[in-house]
Amino acid sequence: MAETAIMNVLLCGIGGQGVLTASEILAEAAIAAGHDVKKTEVAGMAQRGGVVTSHLRFGPKVYSPAIPPGQADVLLAFELAEGLRWITHLKPSGIALVNTMRIIPPVVSTGLFRYPEDPLADIRDSGTRMIPIDAGGIAKEMGNLRLVNSVMLGAVADSLPLEALAIKAALIKRFSAKKPELGALNAQAFEAGRAAALAGAKAA
Amino acid sequence: MKRKTLPAAGTRLMMSGNEAVARAAWEAGLALASAYPGTPSTEILEELTGYPDLIAQWAVNEKVALEVAIGAAVAGSRSMAAMKQVGVNVAADPLMSQSLAGVVGGLVLVVADDVGLSSSQNEQDSRFWGRFAHIPVMEPADAQEAYEMMKQAFDLSEKFETIVILRMTTRVCHVKSMVTVGERRPPNSEGGFTYDPNRWVLVPSTAKRRLPIQAEREKALSAESEKSALNRLEPGSDKRLGFVTSGPGYLHVKEAFPDAPVFKLGLSHPAPFEAIRAFAATVERLVVVEETEKILETELKAEGIGCTGKDILPSNGELAPEILAPAIAKMLGEPVPVRKLVHDAQSVFPRPPTMCVGCPHLGVYYTLARLRRQVTISGDIGCYTLGALHPWKALDTTTCMGASLTMALGLDKGRLPKDAEKSVVAVIGDSTFLHMGIQGLLNLVYNKGNATVLILDNGTVGMTGGQDHPGTGKDAYGMPAPRVDFVKLVEALGVPPERIRKVNPYMMPVLFKTLKEEIAIPEVSVIITDQPCVLIEDHERFAPFQVIEDLCTGCGNCLKTGCPAILVRKREQVVKAGKSQELAFVDIDISGCTGCGLCTETCGPDAIKRMSPKSAKEAQAHG
Repeated sequence: MAETAIMNVLLCGIGGQGVLTASEILAEAAIAAGHDVKKTEVAGMAQRGGVVTSHLRFGPKVYSPAIPPGQADVLLAFELAEGLRWITHLKPSGIALVNTMRIIPPVVSTGLFRYPEDPLADIRDSGTRMIPIDAGGIAKEMGNLRLVNSVMLGAVADSLPLEALAIKAALIKRFSAKKPELGALNAQAFEAGRAAALAGAKAA
Repeated sequence: MKRKTLPAAGTRLMMSGNEAVARAAWEAGLALASAYPGTPSTEILEELTGYPDLIAQWAVNEKVALEVAIGAAVAGSRSMAAMKQVGVNVAADPLMSQSLAGVVGGLVLVVADDVGLSSSQNEQDSRFWGRFAHIPVMEPADAQEAYEMMKQAFDLSEKFETIVILRMTTRVCHVKSMVTVGERRPPNSEGGFTYDPNRWVLVPSTAKRRLPIQAEREKALSAESEKSALNRLEPGSDKRLGFVTSGPGYLHVKEAFPDAPVFKLGLSHPAPFEAIRAFAATVERLVVVEETEKILETELKAEGIGCTGKDILPSNGELAPEILAPAIAKMLGEPVPVRKLVHDAQSVFPRPPTMCVGCPHLGVYYTLARLRRQVTISGDIGCYTLGALHPWKALDTTTCMGASLTMALGLDKGRLPKDAEKSVVAVIGDSTFLHMGIQGLLNLVYNKGNATVLILDNGTVGMTGGQDHPGTGKDAYGMPAPRVDFVKLVEALGVPPERIRKVNPYMMPVLFKTLKEEIAIPEVSVIITDQPCVLIEDHERFAPFQVIEDLCTGCGNCLKTGCPAILVRKREQVVKAGKSQELAFVDIDISGCTGCGLCTETCGPDAIKRMSPKSAKEAQAHG
C-alpha cells in the first residue's frame, strides 16, 4: 500500500464545535501546497449534539476518502472523551492532540452512562504520543468558547507536513470573510494553540 | 442561497459530490430542477439556487419532483430531480411509466443512496431501479466523476430519449475532493412540445406499442455501454485477482489492491458484459465489489461469467479497504492482515442525536409521555422521530413519510381487545404532512377513523437543516411564496372545525388538557402546534433561566423534558416513605438556554427563575 505517501488526519469532536470548519481550513492549506485532497464526514445529525468526525487525507493521489482504523497519522480531538473514543484510529507512530475540555451529554448528566474518569490517562496508557491542550481554557480566556477550533488548529500546525503559516493564512482568510476582526482574533487563538502545543511537547 | 460568484471554466477547486452535481447541471444547460430534501441529497438543490438562468424548486414530495422534471423534459428542456434513496419509492409511479414514453430534453434523476445508513430508515440499493424501469444507471466514485457523469448523463438521456439515473452514495455526496470545472452550454432552445398522443398519452393501446421501443432502447444502451469510455479497464501487475467495481467501491479497491487489474464501471447499467467477459479471461479470479446488494454479480453469473462477490463480502454498508482486505486474504488462503491498534477500543458513552435546547417538540413529547399508558402513538419521519428515545419514549411506530396517519387508521380499526381502551395518536411534522400526510388525513376522516393527529408545525424541514416548503411562505430562493393555511386545509379535508385545535407547545398545561379532551372524543381531531424550530430565523431567544440551588429539591421532573441544557449537578440516594429514591439536583447551561421556560412548568418548588439580561451576560462571560 502506498500509505506512507498519504497523510491521514482525523478530526473529532461534537456538533457545533467547528470540527468541520477546522477540517476545511486544513484542506485548503493542503490544496495550496499542491496535494490531492479528500475530506469526508458523516454529520447527518451533527446539529443535534452527536459525534462529529472529519477524515482528511492528502498526498500525491488519494483514493478512498475514509481513514481506516489504525491508520491516522494525527488525531485532533476537540473534546476529551472523543479523543479516547477515536484513539484506535491512530497509528502506533501517530500523534494525538487532545483538548482537555469535557462536554457532558444528556445521557451522562441524566445518569444513563458514565463519563470516563481520566480519559487523558487512558490515552497516555495507549503508548501513543499525546499532547493535551487546554483549548477550552485558552478560548475562554480570550473571551469566546467558539475560538476552540482555531486554538486546536494552532496546536496541530507543527505536527503536519504543511507550513504552519499556510494554515494560519487559510484560517485568516476563512474568518475574515465573515468579519474582518474575526480574522485577527482567530489568528491570535491559533498562535496561542501553537504555543500550548510546543510547551506541551517539551513537557512530554 | 445567495447568488454565487461562479468559478471560471478551468478552475480547480474542492467540491462535495453534491456541489459538483449542481455545477455540472448548470454547465449542461439545465432549465429546471425539482427536489424534496433528504440526507444525503439535500445540498444539490440548495446549491442550484445559487446558479443563474435556471429554475430550482422544492417540490412537496419526490413523485411531484420527478413529474415536474418529466413535464419540462417532455417540453424539450433539460431537467432533473434529486432525492434520497427512499424518495424513489415515492417517485416510482412516474418513473416506471415514463420509461415507456421517454423524454425529449435530457432528464437526470439524481438518487443519493445512504450506504452505511447514517440518516435513513433503510439502506435500499437504487441500482435496482435501472433494471426495473429499463433505464441506464451511472455511478460516480467521487466529486470529479459526479461532475463529469452528470454532464454525460444529460447527453445520454437526449441521445436515447430516456431518463438516466445518476446513482450517488453518501461517500460521493458528502466527500469533498478536487474538481476542475468547465463552461456552460446554452440551454435547449430549438423544438418544443410535439403533439404525439401515441407517445405522451399512456393507455394500454399506446403503452403496448412503446414496450418494444423500450426493449430496443435497452439493447442499444447495452451496445453503448460496451464501448463507453466510462467503463474502462485499468491494468495491474497482480493478475491473481481482477476486480469489477463501481461507485466508491472502485476507490476502496484501488486503495486496498493497488496492483490488481480493475474493470471500472461508470455506466453500470446496462453492464458491458462482453467487455467484462474479455477481462475475466485475463485474470485468475474475478471479484465483484458492489455497494450494497448482489446485483451485478447475479447478472454476470447469468451471463456465464464466473465471479465471486457477496459470498465473501457483506451485502450492506460500505466496502471500505479494511473490510475488503481481510475478506480477500481469507479467500486466497493468505494470512488475514491484522492491524495493530494503539489501544483496545474503549467503551465511551454514546452521544445519540438529541432534540435541540428549547425545541418546540420537547413539550409535546413530555406531554405524550405523561399520557403514555392511555395511547398508542404512530410516528413519522423528521426530528420528532427522536421522541422514541429516552427520556420521552413516546413513539411506537415509524415506517416512512406520512405513515403516521395511515397507520393510525389501521391501529384503530385493527385493534384487538387488549387495546380496546387505548386511544390512537399520530404525530407528524409540517413538511411531512404536506409531503404525504394530506392524503392520509383525508383517508382517516373519510373512513371514520378515531385518532388524534398532532401536526407539529415548526415552520421548516428541520432534520435536513431548515429548508422551506409550502407551509413556510417562502420558496427555495427564500423569496415570498403562497403559504398554505393548515387549519383551513385540515378543515377542507373534512375535520370538523371544533375538532381542530391550535396550541402553543410551550404551554404544556394547555397542551395536556387539549390532548386529554381530544383523545376522549371518538373521532378524528387535529391539534396543530405552532412554534418555530429553534434553528430558523423566526425563532426568538429570551433571557436564560437559572436554577436557584437552595430551592431545587432534586425531583428530576425537569429532566423529563429532555432539554439538553438541563444538567445534573449532583445525585443523592435517599429513603422516602421506606422507598429508596435517587435525587438529581440540576443546573441550567445558560449559554445554551433559549429562555423558552418549558422547564419552569415542570418545577414544583418553583426553583427555576429567569435571569436578568445583565446578570446572564455577566455569568456567560465568566462561565
